Amino acid sequence: MITVTDLRKVYRQGKKEVVALDGVTLSVPKGSIHGIIGHSGAGKSTLVRCLTLLDRPTAGSVSIDGTELSSVRDSEIRAARRRIGMVFQHANLMDSRTAAGNVAHPLELVKTPKDKIRSKVAELLSLVGLEGFENAYPSQLSGGQRQRVGIARALAADPDVLLCDEPTSALDPATTDEILDLIQDLTRRLQLTVLIITHEMNVVKRVCDSVSLLAKGRIIEHGALQDVAGNLESKLAKALLPLPASEPLHGALQGGPVLEILFAGDNAKEPVLTGVARHFDIDLNVLAGSVETLGGQQFGHLRVQLAENADYDAVLAYLHQRGIGAKLAETKTAPGDAAELNDVTGRTS
Amino acid sequence: MNDIFSNPVLAKALPEAIIETLQMVGISAFFTVLVGLPLGVFLHVTAPGGLRPMPVTNRIMSDVIVNITRSIPFAILMVALIPLARLLTGTSLGPIAASVSLSIGTIPFFARLVETCLRDVHHGKIDAAQVMGSTKMQVINKVMLRESLPALVAATTTTVVTLVGYSAMAGLVGGGGLGKLAYNYGFQRFDVTVMIVTIVLIIVLVQVIQLVGEWISRSLDHR
Repeated sequence: MITVTDLRKVYRQGKKEVVALDGVTLSVPKGSIHGIIGHSGAGKSTLVRCLTLLDRPTAGSVSIDGTELSSVRDSEIRAARRRIGMVFQHANLMDSRTAAGNVAHPLELVKTPKDKIRSKVAELLSLVGLEGFENAYPSQLSGGQRQRVGIARALAADPDVLLCDEPTSALDPATTDEILDLIQDLTRRLQLTVLIITHEMNVVKRVCDSVSLLAKGRIIEHGALQDVAGNLESKLAKALLPLPASEPLHGALQGGPVLEILFAGDNAKEPVLTGVARHFDIDLNVLAGSVETLGGQQFGHLRVQLAENADYDAVLAYLHQRGIGAKLAETKTAPGDAAELNDVTGRTS
Repeated sequence: MNDIFSNPVLAKALPEAIIETLQMVGISAFFTVLVGLPLGVFLHVTAPGGLRPMPVTNRIMSDVIVNITRSIPFAILMVALIPLARLLTGTSLGPIAASVSLSIGTIPFFARLVETCLRDVHHGKIDAAQVMGSTKMQVINKVMLRESLPALVAATTTTVVTLVGYSAMAGLVGGGGLGKLAYNYGFQRFDVTVMIVTIVLIIVLVQVIQLVGEWISRSLDHR
């Protein structure tokens, strides 16, 4: 369990103060994966540096299982760091060390006996599926294999928390899925607490149990994946279930009102659209849609155009009554919203 | 060809000159690495944004000592350092005395090369080492020096080749070696054979150093 409370980081640039983190609070229970998503400049890198104590936070606290990290004295900082294993975007392996040598690196630092290092390294390499690659140098490994070595190295000191900074951003889609599956598998098996910092919504969709949206140094939305995805007003839902831009149709339904509908969980199994058509005896057309399974639940996000004469207030009431999120589609998204999430949605669609 | 073997200068003075040159290069290379390597590490680590920033000390070391020493032409530095050589070795003549000025002349040069090598170590590797709980010394030894070892060997090779050139110059002001032989006999006595033989020997020496250095550097490089 990692708890971050009101974390602030202010950099001084000459006489100007730059607020990189403006009161970040989050908590991740043991055995679960939390995604922190945000575009560049949102404060992700600063958050990573504060969590690993590479930078001291200006205020606030970071604690692991109740042990405070951010206020430890400089002499204890190294022991504190060993409670967090870190996976980097580019693995950051030592080129002069073999795969086994890289995994052994954190163990050598605390003078672990040689035979113990050897058995631990063998165990870790088999855990990440790299048996037989002990003597390979990083230059002889593929990007995915290098990242596996990086994960094994991060786990070498038996950390409680695994912090992954853009772990798959440099990998191709198939390798990304392999690495994410590995992280998920290890989380369950070793009961780790995992934080994944990413700009890829795909990563959140695939492995995260909960998610936070970081913007301008603040967490502006957070929650379990199912909860944020099921909320029509949530920016994360828009990013998790993106709708492509679509023009209202110029056909039989020209001029009809356009609705946005979000089904979640059990509602997604009901034949809602045909229900509306039958109940109100109107025609309707799907303009855009996105259907996904997130955190084991099914979600559907649709943009639907009704016939011109349809009473959309009655339709909205009908949908709300059945627990389905629905609203009149905005003709244009507010500029603020679009700017904040453009980056996130743009890269996933 | 007969000339080479029958030349009295070559027969008598050449072996000694070769040994003197090797002595000068060997001794000064040893001290250059001994002092220059830590100095280069210090310059890199104390630079702004380094592992242990010490802006004022770094400025003094970098600007005053290294840059001033490097901007004095070696021929002048060598003559200027004769009193120091006499103080340290008891004499101003011979290869041992010459090694003093040779070392002092090349230490700043080598330190700069070391600094450049260390700067090329990817910052992510240093972050990774720190996050896994390395001390600063462990970061320097296990990451910075180890990861830049191929480059450091190449820098040492360049420095030793430079020392061969400097040692010939040192020969002119009493250091002895092949430089003295070429100057005294080849130049002042117009003995063309001596001149050619010493030049060829120096070229061979440089080639051997370069080849060995490159071979070691390559065998250490796993990138």
